[in-house]
Amino acid sequence: MPVIAASDVRFAYGRGQTVLDRIDLVVERGGFVGIAGPNGGGKTTLVRLLVGLERPAAGRVELFGAPPRRAHHKSRLAYLPQRAALGLDAPITVRELVTAGRTPLGRLLRPLGVGHREAIDKAIRRVGLTASAHRPLQMLSGGQRQRAFIAKALAGEPELLILDEPTSGVDTKAQEVLAALLDRLRRELGVTILYVSHEFGAIEPYVERLVVVRGTIVFDGAPVDLPQRWHDPSHAHGDAGHVAA
Amino acid sequence: MATQAMSLLDLEFMRLALATGAVVGVLAPAVGFFLVQRRMSLIGDGIGHVAFAGVAAGYLLGVSPVATALAASVAGAIGMEWLRSTHRTAGDQALALFFYGGIALGVVLVSAANQLNANLFTFLFGSILTVTRGDLLLVAGLGLAALGTVFVLYRGLVAVAIDEESARVSGIPVPTLNVALAGLTGLTIALSMRIVGILLIAALMVLPVMTASRIATSLQSSLVLAMGIGLGTVLAGLVGSYYLNLAPGGAIVLLAAATFGVVTSVQAVLTARRA
Repeated sequence: MPVIAASDVRFAYGRGQTVLDRIDLVVERGGFVGIAGPNGGGKTTLVRLLVGLERPAAGRVELFGAPPRRAHHKSRLAYLPQRAALGLDAPITVRELVTAGRTPLGRLLRPLGVGHREAIDKAIRRVGLTASAHRPLQMLSGGQRQRAFIAKALAGEPELLILDEPTSGVDTKAQEVLAALLDRLRRELGVTILYVSHEFGAIEPYVERLVVVRGTIVFDGAPVDLPQRWHDPSHAHGDAGHVAA
Repeated sequence: MATQAMSLLDLEFMRLALATGAVVGVLAPAVGFFLVQRRMSLIGDGIGHVAFAGVAAGYLLGVSPVATALAASVAGAIGMEWLRSTHRTAGDQALALFFYGGIALGVVLVSAANQLNANLFTFLFGSILTVTRGDLLLVAGLGLAALGTVFVLYRGLVAVAIDEESARVSGIPVPTLNVALAGLTGLTIALSMRIVGILLIAALMVLPVMTASRIATSLQSSLVLAMGIGLGTVLAGLVGSYYLNLAPGGAIVLLAAATFGVVTSVQAVLTARRA
């Protein structure tokens, strides 16, 4: 059973113009898939449909073999939306952030037990932030913050991790560190990863499949097979780092 | 000084006001903390105006204005949350609807009940003279229950404050937590109006949180500090309003604002020295 299955999906906001049309997408367990495309091409809308935050106007979406809204099983899915959580007014430590990722697994009305606390420590360790666990997120670099959000997602021990533009505002070096970390997590934990970004140069060495969205899926295959006209050599990798608008 | 403090506590109305104020001072920032994190700082103001309509309904019906304000503010808060969560109106429009609708309904009901008098002012701006033993029992009972609810729901409320959509996707019961927070907000406003007043209560929910966020180094310490600042400003404001013959709501909120100003200024000076 695929982790994600979308067939002939169409979507429009209200009675407005169609944003996505004829979307067919299947993601198998353990895959590392990049979703790329220009800004405004519908990448984020596609992800919101896949996780059940939007309903398709036509077609069908299944997550773990069930409609996404019914498939909100605790811990199976972790979703990091664009610019997640940086809007908080108060300072938040790495550990507090990661603890929030464990919340769906514990009983909401009871304190987290030893097992949960160990899982939180482990998630922080996996992303290499143990020394910064009690530091406020606001004092960390952009790359460290992103790793803290990954730890938050990992604390829930998800089967599927969806990251929407996780590297916006992060320098190239930090993007590459994050990409390598995600690849290691996929291999070690077997997590299926969907990585959504208009820049995919950093993850290109690791993803086995790239899906380019421009209102519909215009490319679905290995990054090396991406047509030359969509390449933008401006990225540090120099080959297929950016999908031209 | 000690003698003066003793004489202050000899007065029953001050004992009642200080005890009620202590609960309000801790509760308002505890609930307001989550509103501020979610950029909903002004919601308290909107619900305060609905509480005014509740007070007016109490006068008209001849029942306890505190009880009717409690019912109106909790219902108003949940109504606003419903409008916000179902996207039937934009957040600020829902606020405007309740803000102006509440005050208009209040004025109409108060004039119908012929109660446009000084007594109404005690609800609008707070009073240390009018807190009764019954008020204290109600505020203490419901206030401590509300604080207990905040404590029990803390992890869930934090997860939603960090990111509502990812919390929803990962299976946290976000709608239930949102309704609980709305209910707590309405409850806090109704319980606090005797001391701080309907028109100023929202400030007590927000200002201590803003101050605490500037000093604290974590969410938890920020919440605890906000509750401490709230308690300190309410008690100091009540004592000050007794000696200076001021409306307690105004004195408390000015103290809370001054605390924020002092903390911000000291931080600016320290930052400039380090640079």
